[in-house]
Amino acid sequence: MAEPKKDDVLFRPVDRSRFQQEKIVRPSMSQWKETTVKILRNKLAILGLGLLVIITILAIIGPHLVPFNYSDQNLSGKNLPPGPEHWFGTDSLGRDMWARTWYGARISLTIGLAAAVIDLILGLIVGGISGYMAGRGKFGDKVDGFLMRIVEILYGIPYLLVVILLLVVMKPGLWTIIIALSITGWVGMARIVRGQILQLKEQEYVAAAEKLGTPHRKIIMRHLFPNMIGIIIVNLTFTIPQAIFAESFLSFIGLGVQAPIASWGTMANDALGVILTGQWWRLFFPGFMISLTMFAFNVFGDGLQDALDPQSKE
Amino acid sequence: MSRLLDVNDLRVSFKTYGGEVKAVRGVDFHIQQGEVLAIVGESGCGKSVTAQSIMGLLPKKVSRIKSGSVTFNGKELLGLSKKQMQKLKGSEIGLISQDPMTSLNPTMRIGSQIAETIKKHTNYSRSKIHDRTIELLDLVGIPNPEKRYRQYPHELSGGMRQRVLIAMALSCEPKLLIADEPTTALDVTIQAQILDLLKDIQVRLGTSIMIITHDLGVVAEVAQRVAVMYAGVIVESGDVEEIFETPKHPYTWGLLKSVPRYEKGKHEKERLVPIEGSPPDLFAPPAGCPFAARCDYAMEICIDQMPDPIKTSETHQARCWLNDTRAPNANDFVAAGGNDV
Amino acid sequence: MSDALVEVQQVKKYFNVGKNQSLKAVDDISFFIKKGETFGLVGESGSGKSTLGRTIVGLHQATDGRIVYNGRDTNHVKGKEARDLNRTMQMIFQDPEASLNPRMRVMDIIAEGIDAHDLLKGKKRKERVFQLLEKVGLSAEHAKRYPHEFSGGQRQRIGIARALAVEPDFIVADEPISALDVSIQAQIVNLMEDLKEEEGLTYLFIAHDLGMVKHISDRIGVMYLGNLMELTDSDSLFDEPLHPYTQALLSAIPVPNPKEASERERIMLEGDLPSPISPPSGCRFRTRCPHAMDVCREIVPEWREAKENHWVACHLYTNEGGETNEKTDL
Repeated sequence: MAEPKKDDVLFRPVDRSRFQQEKIVRPSMSQWKETTVKILRNKLAILGLGLLVIITILAIIGPHLVPFNYSDQNLSGKNLPPGPEHWFGTDSLGRDMWARTWYGARISLTIGLAAAVIDLILGLIVGGISGYMAGRGKFGDKVDGFLMRIVEILYGIPYLLVVILLLVVMKPGLWTIIIALSITGWVGMARIVRGQILQLKEQEYVAAAEKLGTPHRKIIMRHLFPNMIGIIIVNLTFTIPQAIFAESFLSFIGLGVQAPIASWGTMANDALGVILTGQWWRLFFPGFMISLTMFAFNVFGDGLQDALDPQSKE
Repeated sequence: MSRLLDVNDLRVSFKTYGGEVKAVRGVDFHIQQGEVLAIVGESGCGKSVTAQSIMGLLPKKVSRIKSGSVTFNGKELLGLSKKQMQKLKGSEIGLISQDPMTSLNPTMRIGSQIAETIKKHTNYSRSKIHDRTIELLDLVGIPNPEKRYRQYPHELSGGMRQRVLIAMALSCEPKLLIADEPTTALDVTIQAQILDLLKDIQVRLGTSIMIITHDLGVVAEVAQRVAVMYAGVIVESGDVEEIFETPKHPYTWGLLKSVPRYEKGKHEKERLVPIEGSPPDLFAPPAGCPFAARCDYAMEICIDQMPDPIKTSETHQARCWLNDTRAPNANDFVAAGGNDV
Repeated sequence: MSDALVEVQQVKKYFNVGKNQSLKAVDDISFFIKKGETFGLVGESGSGKSTLGRTIVGLHQATDGRIVYNGRDTNHVKGKEARDLNRTMQMIFQDPEASLNPRMRVMDIIAEGIDAHDLLKGKKRKERVFQLLEKVGLSAEHAKRYPHEFSGGQRQRIGIARALAVEPDFIVADEPISALDVSIQAQIVNLMEDLKEEEGLTYLFIAHDLGMVKHISDRIGVMYLGNLMELTDSDSLFDEPLHPYTQALLSAIPVPNPKEASERERIMLEGDLPSPISPPSGCRFRTRCPHAMDVCREIVPEWREAKENHWVACHLYTNEGGETNEKTDL
């Protein structure tokens, strides 16, 4: 009570309009932005993304950096180790390994992307129809049941069998592999899409949209699709390396792309006979590229998954 | 009566992407032997974090106890190893959580789960453990204990599961029972049964109970003493009668008034009196009283000075400048419990 | 019943669960909601109250029975009339977090109904959203933000604004406050009461918290295992509850007053809610009823008007159990 005047001021009622009751202090952030921030903080995921960018760029420009074509044979300069002229060395027909490696990257990435895009399209259509029709009366359940039976049957067929069967009617090559991988690959995506839609359909905001009279098309485009796109992307980052690996494997066992076309798988196959003669570069470069690409896709996919998981908010 | 649990100046923070959230900002309270203390507050006020700190259940990665001490029976709990805590948890402190389903193992029979806790903390023979389990199931009011003994959690209703959890918590005759929102997931008629059971346990076994809840009705049913939490601090504490009949903090007034009162034969409709606004973001808590922005009686001092607890009786104290002798006219508000002056 | 806005006539809603089993979530319920009133529907979880609300509003297709809205059977309207009717019945949801799409801005969430019915476009649409935000106690600056940036109470306000945007006459509020903190519940209830006055709304208010239901409702229906047990105006229900279940429910409400809490005599119900897949025969409440008689096992009690405007389904008030009428003075 020493300074009554000061207390007078201190204990005077305040005007409450000074406070803004419903104001939000934190800066606005959409979920996409939040995801981006989380990805950027994940060093491993950024490393994966960086590697993927580099591999893609080299796949595009790599073969043009050297004065050799991937199929040019030069019998006088065969089996050369890596050096200033041939950066990755040459093979038993004197073809430049650098050009072949990056040409092979084109094949691998093309197959990975094509398989992923086809999976995505088929998966979205079939999974989407199936999930959306499920629980919509008797007819809806029938459609869902029919599509899911097809999916289950295809799910049971190993892709190797499909490739072999396809080779009966088609020539081995890029498109045969893409078609074979797609025939069996899309069912996984269809299942994921269907599961997501079934789950999202139960969300109250979808019920609210239905009640407000939002047409089906808009419910799908505004409520279902944006909320499952994250999981779809994550799934794609795992489908692409699977397809790349499958191509390498098929080419390695001779069911893939045919000479003179280079792919990492065929290059590794070519190297088999000479590995004991000390020509390490023949197997190392294609093998290393396969591993590196797998690694890059996987760490990036993991990072994406973490970033999109709302549980890891805090 | 002696103090069983003593919590002093507990401060807990959580790490988030944006920075530090100060969830508990200096909490003091104690529980005496054989009494029921209720910690009441709304979501985000820090009541559950307080309980988790006592039990050593805070998520290690993201949380940190900044300061404080928690003494149980004269022993410091903060800093105990996981093993020591485990031992204490089974034998001297029992825990009942909000969601009985996640606390029970879905693949194990009810009886075996209780028996396992007993086995861990005693050296009873098999048949004695079995008898004790049946006795416990009977104690918590589960009909047909022999039959229930062999059932799985999913075969029981929510209320029954909560009883099983209470039986497990009681298996080694703990001195203290910590119940975190034990009835929130239950329907009213089942809630009444569980609250009765808790009261019965306290009377029959002399167990101290710390109950954490957001529901003033639950507090009035079971508690002897009450601590009201808001924005990470205890804003008022006292005997249950003091809190309900002569509350000294505007937040408590607000809580009491926002619940509709019903009296038989009284038919005119009264408008509810809500507390406007929402609690502060503890990301950046206000310097002064955290309730000032929502308080009808806020004064200049409330904005930048956090009030210390001011004693208004031997057992009753409130963190509010209105109780300061220098606050003019405030005594009238306080006396009227925030009703119209 | 000329003043009835919604008439529920012998409505049933069964769900198929497994082989040849059905869950009778709503089993033969009839009542009406008057224009301009707030009708409270209470019951514990599993009573079917939410299912009934969703069926009335058209989110579930009734297995049997009719819902008559404004004199029109909702099953027999088509085309534009059906869309219009659908628009005038709206819903407020329980979980303010799950009922707002996390990927949409508040502006588009509130304007969803406006867009769906092509009510307003461009600047007018924007202004209407701002006006709605203000109506529910928020401001225009909130329109740019995403749902997760709001507190629970604020989100519920957004949900209310979204329902109001299409200018409904009737709103089903499905446990609109049970996910909110006590001090916020009162804000939302007051807001709903104000809006009812301003917009001339009729509410079906579904909740398990009897205290709040009593406060907001004009009349209350009590549900148990898919059946209506009692229905009357809210004062009568609290002053003289007839059905033993209502009596138990009322006595189980915790009172925020330690003296009252220790003094009053509570009716404790034994046991738990039976499974709605195989409900008890006769009266569904008989397994927990303190007054259960032999007749309750055999005959389903008739839904009858025991007193003026006070409906109940209990044998204590029918001829079969008539001689035990004095038992009701509990």
